[in-house]
This record gives sequence, C-alpha cells and structure tokens, in this order.
Amino acid sequence: MSTAIENPPPTETPAPALAALTKDTYKSKIHPDWCPGCGDFSVLAALQTALFELGLPPHQVLVISGIGCSSNLPGFMNTYGMHTLHGRSLAVGTGAKLGNHELKVICTGGDGDGYGIGGNHFMHVMRRNVDLTYIVMDNQIYGLTTGQVSPTSRKGMVTKTTPQGSVENPINPIPLAIVGGATYVARAFSGKQKHMVEILKGALQHRGFALVDVFSPCVTYNKENTYPFFNQRVKLLEETGHDPADFHKALDAGYQWGDEIPVGLFWRRTDLPALEDLEPVLHDGQGPLAFRKLGLSPEQAQALVRELL
Amino acid sequence: MATVDFAVGIGGENGQGIASTGDILARIFARRGLHLVAYNAYQSIIRGGHTFLTLRASDGPVRNLGDKVDVLIPLNQDSLDRHLRLLRAGARVVFDGDKLKPGAVADGVQLCPMPMKQLCGANKLAANTAALGATLQMLGIESEPLETVIARQFKKKGAAVVNENVGIARAGYEYAAQHFQSFPVKTPKLPKPQAIITGNQATAMGGAAAGVKFYAAYPMSPSTGVLMWMANHARQLGIMVRQVEDEIGVMNMVIGAAHTGCRAMCATSGGGFALMSEAVGMAGMIETPIVCVDVQRAGPATGVPTKTEQGDLWQLLGAGQGDYPRILVAPASQLDLFRTIPELFNLCDRYQCPGLVLADLLISEGTASVDPADLDFNVPIERGQIIFPNGNGNGDATNPASGYNDDAYWRYANTESGISPRAVPGVPGHIHIAATDEHDEDGTLISDEFTNPAKRRKMVEKRGRKLQTALSRIAPPQLVGPPNAGVTLVGWGSTEGVIREAVEKLAGEEGIVANHLQVKWLAPFHAEEVTRLLSHAHRIIIVENNYSGQFARYLRSETGLAAHGFIRKYDGEPFMPHHIVAAVKEQLAGQTTLSVPVHEVVA
Repeated sequence: MSTAIENPPPTETPAPALAALTKDTYKSKIHPDWCPGCGDFSVLAALQTALFELGLPPHQVLVISGIGCSSNLPGFMNTYGMHTLHGRSLAVGTGAKLGNHELKVICTGGDGDGYGIGGNHFMHVMRRNVDLTYIVMDNQIYGLTTGQVSPTSRKGMVTKTTPQGSVENPINPIPLAIVGGATYVARAFSGKQKHMVEILKGALQHRGFALVDVFSPCVTYNKENTYPFFNQRVKLLEETGHDPADFHKALDAGYQWGDEIPVGLFWRRTDLPALEDLEPVLHDGQGPLAFRKLGLSPEQAQALVRELL
Repeated sequence: MATVDFAVGIGGENGQGIASTGDILARIFARRGLHLVAYNAYQSIIRGGHTFLTLRASDGPVRNLGDKVDVLIPLNQDSLDRHLRLLRAGARVVFDGDKLKPGAVADGVQLCPMPMKQLCGANKLAANTAALGATLQMLGIESEPLETVIARQFKKKGAAVVNENVGIARAGYEYAAQHFQSFPVKTPKLPKPQAIITGNQATAMGGAAAGVKFYAAYPMSPSTGVLMWMANHARQLGIMVRQVEDEIGVMNMVIGAAHTGCRAMCATSGGGFALMSEAVGMAGMIETPIVCVDVQRAGPATGVPTKTEQGDLWQLLGAGQGDYPRILVAPASQLDLFRTIPELFNLCDRYQCPGLVLADLLISEGTASVDPADLDFNVPIERGQIIFPNGNGNGDATNPASGYNDDAYWRYANTESGISPRAVPGVPGHIHIAATDEHDEDGTLISDEFTNPAKRRKMVEKRGRKLQTALSRIAPPQLVGPPNAGVTLVGWGSTEGVIREAVEKLAGEEGIVANHLQVKWLAPFHAEEVTRLLSHAHRIIIVENNYSGQFARYLRSETGLAAHGFIRKYDGEPFMPHHIVAAVKEQLAGQTTLSVPVHEVVA
C-alpha cells in the first residue's frame, strides 16, 4: 500500500510532561461577552470546575455548541471546541464522538437551539443513547435575537413576537428526555452553582446520553423567569428523597411546576449500553477511527472485487 | 472491431423479477468477457407500474444504452404492446405464448412464443428464467453459464429451488434450439472476464479505497445504493456507517467525524443536498474536508424520484451562503466514480474544503462492466497538513505536545497558500476552537473579541486563495476527435459515453465530422484551457440533461463563450445516440439552435 502521506515532519524533541491541572487551565484567554448577571457565567464556571475535579485533560475534551448567546461558551473554554450551526451541536457531536470515541464530548447551547431548531437531533440522540453530555442553558427566551418567544417560554408569556402573550404550550424537556430514551436527565439552576457542579460531574461520568437542562436566567430579555423567580421556587430533588431509578416518579417530578420547581437528578439508568458500545467497529483494538491507518489490505480489496465477478 | 453489439430489453411490472433477471444476464455476459451497460427505467405512467431494463453488450467498448433492442422479453401484455412496434428487422420477441398476444410487427421481427405452462410447470414466476434460456440459445451462448449463475442466484433458497430453476432454464434453452432461428453471429467468448458494478457500488468502493472511516446518509433514491453497500461492508472494512434522522443531521455528523480526523463521506440526491447546504458552508468555514455525492434525479422538489437529470449544477455551485472554496466534479461513468472519490479526498484533505460530486441516476443506478484490474484499491492517500496525536496518523509515535495550550499554534494561520496546519482534537498543545462565526487566525471568534474589518478581510482572502494551485492538480478536459471539425459537442458528467457514440455515428452514418469536449472538473474550472480548446470551434453545441442549459450558462460565466446550439433533454430519460445525431443534423440544416429530442416511449 503506497501511502504518500504529506505531513509536517514529526518534531524530534520528546514531549514535555503536561503541566499540573488547575481550575484556570480550563479558562480560555477570551472573556465571556455575556451581559453582566447572565446565568451562563455560572454554567461556564460550573463546567470548568467539574472538568477540573474530574481531572479530565483539556486536550481530550471537545465542547461543541450551536448558535446563540449560550453557544458562545466553547470560546471561553480552554479545551478543544466547535462552534457549529444553529441547532446542530448534537449531530456534529455524534459524528465527533464516533470519529474519536476516546474524546469527552460535551454539547452546549440554549433552549431555542436544542429544543427548537435542533429538536429532531435531540429526539434521535436520546434514542441512540450516544455517550454525550448535553448542557442546555434554558432561559425561556431568544436572547441573541433580542427577546422573542422560545420553545420553553411559558404559555401566556409576552415577548417581542408574542405581544399579546404566547398561546402555545411550551416544551417540558425533562419528561420529554425521560420518555425519549435519555439515560441521565437532570436540571440545574445557575443560582446554585455547587449543586450544578455535582450534577455536571454525574453527567460527565455517566456512560450514555446525559441531559442537563439549566435554568440560566436571561437578565436582559426575560423579566419573568428571573433569579428571584427561581430562588423562591427551586427545590433540590436530592433533599426530597427522590429515587432517580424510579421511572414514574421521575416523570411526576419532571411535570412539577409552580410554587415548587424541582432541580437535580430526575432519572438515571445505567443498564443500557451507549451507541458506541454496540458498534463492533470501535472495539477491535485499533483505537479511535480518526487515528487509524487508511486504505484496504490487498486481501480486502480482492474480496470486494470478487463480489462483482 | 466489434463482432456483436446487441441489446436485451426486459419489461414488466415491479415485482416480476426484472432487476434480478437483468443481473443474471449481465453476469453471464461479463463472465464471458463482454462489455456492457444496463439501465433499469422505471415508468410510473400506468397502474401497476412499468419497468423496462435495457442491457447492451458487445465485444467492443459499450459506452451507453444504444439505439435499439434486439431481444425483447416482455413479461406482461402491457410491456409487449409498448415495445413491440419499436423493434426493427432482425429483432426477436421472447414471450409467454400461452398468455400474451402480440400485435402487428415490423417485417423481419421474429416472434418467439414459448409454451410457458409446459416449460415452467407450476412455477409461474419462472417464465423469465425460461426466456433467458431461449435468449442465450439464440445468441449462441451455451447453457452452462446460465445454470451456474442461476445456482449462484438461488443458492440461499436451497438445492430444490436451484434444481427447479436450472431445469426450467434448460427447457427454455432447448425449446429455442428446436423452434427459433438463432442470430447469425454467435456471441464470442473473450479471454478476460469482466466485473459488473453499479455507480453506487463504485462510489462506495471508491470511498473504501480512499480510507473512509465514517459514512452517514438518509435513504434517498437514487443514492441509497451507496448506503446499502456501506452498511453491508461496514464491519468487514472497519467503517462506521449511520443512517441518520435527516440530511441536515447527515452532513453535520459527517463534519463532526471529519473534524476528529476521519475521512468522512455521504451521498444523497438533490433534495437531501438542499437540506445539507448550510452545513456544507460550515465545512468551508471551519475548513474541514468532507466528500458529498449528489446523485441527481429529476427535480425540483420531489420531482421524479426514479428518473435521471443533470439539474443540480447551480445548486451545488451555490450551496450555502457566502463565499468559500469548494471542489465540484462530475464523473463520467461507474469506473470514473470509483477513481474520482479517492482523488477528491486527497484534494479535499490538501485544501481543507468540501468536495462535491455530481453523479446522476443514469450512472449511479446503472450497471457497467469493468475490467477487474481497473478496480485498483491501492490508491495514493495524501492527507495534507494534518496533525494527529501520534504525529501523522501513520503510526509514527511522535508527540507534538508542548502543553495544553500552545500559543504558538494557530489553527487558521494566515499562510501564503492559505492552507493552515490542521490539528485534530486530542492533540496536546494545539487546543483551539473551530467556529462558523468568522474567526481570527488563532480561532478566536471575531465577534467575541471585536469586529474588525481588516481581520475579516484577511480571513476571507486566506480561505479564498487556498484553491489557487488546485487547477494544476486536476486533469484539464481534452478535445477528442479532429481539431478542425465542423461541430464541437460539449457535455459534462455522465453524457460522455453517449456523446462519444453520437460523434462516431455522425461520422460513420451521416458524414458529419464532429469532435467532443467532456468537462469533468467543474470547480475549480479550467477556464483558460476550455477557452483555448473552444475558441476555434466552428459550431459549439452543448448537450445536457436539463431544461435551462445549466452548463451552457456556467460555461459562459467562466469563459465568456456562448455556444451556437443546444441539445437538451429533461423528460427523465437519458440521451440515446440517435437523439444527438438527429439534433445535430437539424441544427446544421439551420432548423433550430435548441433541440429537445423526443424519447420514443409508447404512451
């Protein structure tokens, strides 16, 4: 097999030992351009902390976002990142995870990105149980386009595109994910960052598809779902004796809304294989597909031609 | 010089085993060393549907379906009625004499009714097998190859079924020997057996040769054959194959896999490609090489899903918003598809851009014979400037690490060529973000930093100049035929074979000297070369399978050359040589500058 690979010559110097990780290791040189007080700051900090506490090396982490305010997050991380198209982070993330299943792939975005324009990928990534962590910074509004109704906006909510109030029912992502096949379904709140770190660590350690829907208030365009709104209502599931292995209780908790809104781990099951586990192509001892030698052996080629004779 | 050149037409309803009958015949001819093409025309103009498979074979080169049918095998009355009166002297019609009633035939057409009840017994589906036996007998081919291929075809159904079908084939063969007149020239046997391949198989196999590790698709006619081949060979070849929820997901997944360093590919048809367009632009913006095949069918919208067309040229030229470099190629045949995919991957890896293939139903679902030696999987693999954790992905265990974040590495470095070394995720010291927002050389989003016209301009130009050297790496089109010909026929993609034969017919039968320019690489475009080749042409006539003359307009946009005449077909069926011959004649006679050949299908 002639493989005239054109590449820069490999460096002669041995690789230096990687520096010890600190929390700052995960921060990029770019400072977030979110509005002061935006809930996304807390998500960013919680993700950086969770990665640090799990000791995941930054070069083995790939954070993939769609488009929107929250989707700017990968640019503020010192990990590999992709800032893709509106709604497409999960599709790109699935491809990336299958291309190199040794990467820790984290998809991030907002409610419009994930539950609106990207809704179809959301459904299918769940049934496939791809080993991804999906963090949705859910602010119940379109922020970057300056305040239009979103798939999670409350029925009746007045926005720039629903001046008389939305007449549509919102998506409730928690039950949707539970019945959709997600194997780790949780909710966090930007006002409870320590709790969020634990939820994210659980998601990152989970093998399979993990949804973390985060109440991440938009302080500029959503005057309804504010920090005080959530501070008065959120209740940690972990303090209520909730059993995340109980499917029906998880659904009941997911539908709970009003004076008390649960956050925490709703549902988890660990008895299902992830998509990657089911594909023998990834388990023949040759490592990630991306790093394999290309081309077929003469025997493989001959077998293919024989089929045509 | 060919001693035989004949076509067999098999017609009937969907479900009568026409495709498998055609496969059996193609395999027999190819094993005999004959060259062939086969094309299954689905016609949905009547209840029950009408399918007509044409298989043309010769001991000389076969480049298209030709103009005639020599053996008609109608499996129902409808098919007999539709095709009988198109037959010319010397043709045979092999049919179930118990069931079908032929109408009037032209002089010299031999009716070959077979007593199928007697020959096939209770097996009502075996009439085509008996007809095959009779056909081979009249072509002067012995019965053994048919028996061998039938045994192969029915192997899974057990010995009893094999024996029954072999018996029926033999009975049909013997019946023909006793009752029908054979063709005057026996079909020769050549020393070198041929392989048979569809364009979709060739596309998939080209991908396998190129080292594709990730293939995703959504089923869409006429491209689904690529997905099915990939799915059937995935585990054997170590390819990750996914059927995805929609084509938007397909292209985005392919880009995700390609971003990690895999060679990744997909195929679709025009409608699926429309859904992919935005993501193709993403591949352009984040400079991730991918290959996508558009197997064109008649559009717009759902169009005619089982009919061929060359109608997507401008869609692919304009896919996605904004300017970005892309490579666009239209292979001419099944073998050309096989060879083009690895070549395109090397170009895409080198230039870090999307590569798009314009195939069409004619060559992708169509079958052709190929010399097995031409299916060379030992192709050069050139990955361009890519950085893997182990150096270059070829087993060299050199680690380019210098820390988690090496400020010295800029993913989108503004190099002279515009091509920037591409580190894949997982490489220490090369952390960066790949963004669809405009970004600076180090990957930083310009909108996250500050919007800067100079930076924007720099990055647009960096991407834009990447393809400057690409033209020198791809073959320019060649003018075939006498340089001073009175007519120059220009085509692109899959029409190469039929135009070539039309040129031969014009010279041989009409005394008209024509030459032929077939364009394969559409973007970048060999504008200088094409201008040079065409600037002395006396009469340029552009032949294409669409309504509006998409290539004619493209040629004008790239070269300023306006053709003198146009031959266009957009009825869903491919050109036949005589369509082009007749059109050239009418244009030379000054009757028109736009010919739209009528396809002789009996309504």
